[in-house]
Amino acid sequence: MSSLTIFFALLFYLATALLVSGLAYKIYIYSRTPAPLKIPTMPAPTTTTGVVMRMGREVVLFESLFKSNKWIWIFGWMFHFGLLLVLLRHLRYFTEPVWGWVVLIQPFGKYAAFAMIAGLLGLWARRFLVDRVRYISTPSDHLMLALLVGIGLTGMAMSFVVHTNIVGLKEFMLGLMVFDWQPLPADPILLAHLSLVALLMIIFPISKLLHAPGIFFSPTRNQADNSRDTRHVASWAARLEK
Amino acid sequence: MAAPKFEVPELKGYTDIPLLREGAAAEVKSFPANAQIQEALGFPGELAENWQETAIGRMGELLGKYRSLQVFMDACVHCGACTDKCHYYLGTSDPKNMPVARQDLMRQVYRRYFTFAGKYFPKLVGAKDLTREVLDDWYRYYYQCSECRRCSVYCPYGIDTAEITMAGREILDCVGIGQKYTNEILGKVHRIGNNLGLPGPALLDTLTGLEEDIEEDTGFAVKLPIDVKGAEVLLITPSADFFSEPHVESLIGYAKVFHAAGISWTLSSLASEAGNFGMFIGNYEQMQKVALRIREAALELGVKRIVVGECGHAWRVAYSFWNTLIGVGLGAGADDKYGRMLQQQLDPNYPQPAHICEVTYDLLQQGAITMDKEANDHRIITFHDSCNVARGSRMGDMPGGQFLIPREIIKSVANRFHDMAPETILEGTFCCGGGGGLLTDDLMELRVKGAQPRMDAFKDVVDNHGVNFMATICAICKAQFTKVLPYYGFDMSMVGGVHQLVSTAIRLDAKQ
Ligand code: HEM
Ligand code: HEM
Ligand code: SF4
Ligand code: SF4
Repeated sequence: MSSLTIFFALLFYLATALLVSGLAYKIYIYSRTPAPLKIPTMPAPTTTTGVVMRMGREVVLFESLFKSNKWIWIFGWMFHFGLLLVLLRHLRYFTEPVWGWVVLIQPFGKYAAFAMIAGLLGLWARRFLVDRVRYISTPSDHLMLALLVGIGLTGMAMSFVVHTNIVGLKEFMLGLMVFDWQPLPADPILLAHLSLVALLMIIFPISKLLHAPGIFFSPTRNQADNSRDTRHVASWAARLEK
Repeated sequence: MAAPKFEVPELKGYTDIPLLREGAAAEVKSFPANAQIQEALGFPGELAENWQETAIGRMGELLGKYRSLQVFMDACVHCGACTDKCHYYLGTSDPKNMPVARQDLMRQVYRRYFTFAGKYFPKLVGAKDLTREVLDDWYRYYYQCSECRRCSVYCPYGIDTAEITMAGREILDCVGIGQKYTNEILGKVHRIGNNLGLPGPALLDTLTGLEEDIEEDTGFAVKLPIDVKGAEVLLITPSADFFSEPHVESLIGYAKVFHAAGISWTLSSLASEAGNFGMFIGNYEQMQKVALRIREAALELGVKRIVVGECGHAWRVAYSFWNTLIGVGLGAGADDKYGRMLQQQLDPNYPQPAHICEVTYDLLQQGAITMDKEANDHRIITFHDSCNVARGSRMGDMPGGQFLIPREIIKSVANRFHDMAPETILEGTFCCGGGGGLLTDDLMELRVKGAQPRMDAFKDVVDNHGVNFMATICAICKAQFTKVLPYYGFDMSMVGGVHQLVSTAIRLDAKQ
């Protein structure tokens, strides 16, 4: 077993452990923290079904963003939707046999990379061109975009420029999942891709990428407008009534 | 009006997004509260030696008590969608008035003390120690936010800067830095019972005087009853309604509606204030304590319904928080003694609490009151949605009723109505510029500049549709506009209440 394989195997175990435990911890914190007051941004749905629909529109269509800024919406949506397709296409490295629908979306996933990169570059350009966005951007905002563009470009280099040993990679990945390590192909572009991906996984739970779980816990979006009809009291607030 | 010491923005009828000018509003700072004011609310009188520790400690507590704060601190991706949504940014072009930048004043500290990245890589993520300079920025810019929630409509995660402003003010109060205007008023409510500090006997006098005026005006003995046990309705209204202009015209309107519909009602000298500045400073206990007077008055007077007068933030507190804070509402569980005690008394056939507009609208629907629309023909009316009503509450049984009902009332009492530009009304409405504890003369520059987007939209309907009256249902909006309209060359009497229009048109003789 080469030291390269050992290194990447351990790296992916570490990254997965940090991603899962970090996210689980954050989600635990979010779900445990009470929302003492009803603060949905009105007009808001009055029923739970309505709230699920509202949340669905936010997650799938970025409804609020659409109301506020068409450029961010277009770039943001291209990026996220591209990312989603790319990730779904990636399922083929982790499943054997590959599920039918994953096979079906392969070509879409491949070209979605372009949408993803275009979206990222559009968002990045705003950080230089729009004075207000330039003002609020921190180095980490730029680095996050650089990281995603880096992952995207190394990935596309493999799909469209120099093909890598997919079969070998898949054996490595499937092996990792059952703790039966297989050699990792030593292709520099692939190694770069994987290193960046590991980095993304590690920083996910300690960065602004927490917007992904966060949106589901946002009280202004996930509360129903029913404050007159049900009495909503947080446990710490209930103690004040005594 | 004395010549202003600042430049009043020029109106164009629409508002451009300005290029940012750093520090443009840095000099705008409202008067801080003195030790006496602070201590009356149980806050320290001044900054103590270990203030930094106290502040971080309080921040930690708030993060554990409010999911909004915890999630909003983490979730922002700096996408910039909110940057052009705040009227104070549009009016002052100070970048720290962009909602995300206002949040970042706290987020930088959150990251430094509560996150891994901020502890070990502060520069990378823009984390900062909580220094005296940062604290001063908090005071400055958390008192340049009217907590209007416009930004929360447009943020993809619903991040509500108002929640962060409230937390910021709460932490400031806890280390001994409060704002004179808000905290002084809170002291008055606790001591005297209302924001204006109007004692019971003076209130009684005012009401008697008003009854005489109405009778002289109309020939009808319309009453303004107070402390009447067993009345059907308890009306809770902002104390400004008792003697500020144009507020009092709406109070007369409510009285006429109850009179014409034959509903027995009463005011309360114990609860002579609908406003609740406890919300503005983000302090749950203060907000509850202020609201408690209403619960006590309702129990004491034995009323069946609680109705709220024209006041924006008060209606948000009433609609969204009263049930939580003091049990005014419905749906308390079987084991919820505190809630049931009051709710058994309230009539479940009516919304509890109800907005006065809901009452009037229902009566109009039933034909229980009738209007002489022509009486308002000298007015061409537009409606200013108040932010707390629009984005913090509802009326009626359908989302958006808070937009529909006041407009329907206006259309039933007047013939001529024009809405302002669509992006400046309804859920996207622009704040009047004076809400959230900023309605003080020491913030006049901010108030005038913050009103610009609303004034621009108003100018458009004035110029193109001859509008001469802006109706609204908020005591703060009314007070703010009477002051600010003249800066922009409008007459201060162009603003007034919806029930002022009702008062003009309602037929008191219909039943006779
Ligand atoms: C529930 C799933 C998610 C939702 C609803 C969501 C939504 C959004 C929205 C609305 C924005 C703001 C607009 C924009 O800049 O695109 C955004 C930004 C962003 N998202 Fe997501 N996202 C999700 C998951 C993810 C994931 C899994 C990643 C990364 C791997 C990600 C990375 C980013 C980044 C980097 C930005 C900032 C872009 C910039 O710098 O302007 N998101 N997201
Ligand atoms: C352990 C996780 C990952 C592995 C093993 C992996 C592996 C690969 C491989 C082998 C390719 C080349 C595909 C081909 O030649 O047809 C590829 C392409 C690509 N990867 Fe990844 N990748 C991983 C995670 C990610 C993540 C998290 C992202 C996005 C943030 C990403 C973005 C891309 C893109 C945009 C392409 C090019 C388009 C495509 O072929 O789908 N990858 N990846
Ligand atoms: S709540 Fe209103 S005043 Fe405060 S930042 Fe948001 S838009 Fe501006
Ligand atoms: S819109 Fe929301 S996520 Fe975007 S910068 Fe503003 S607060 Fe942050």
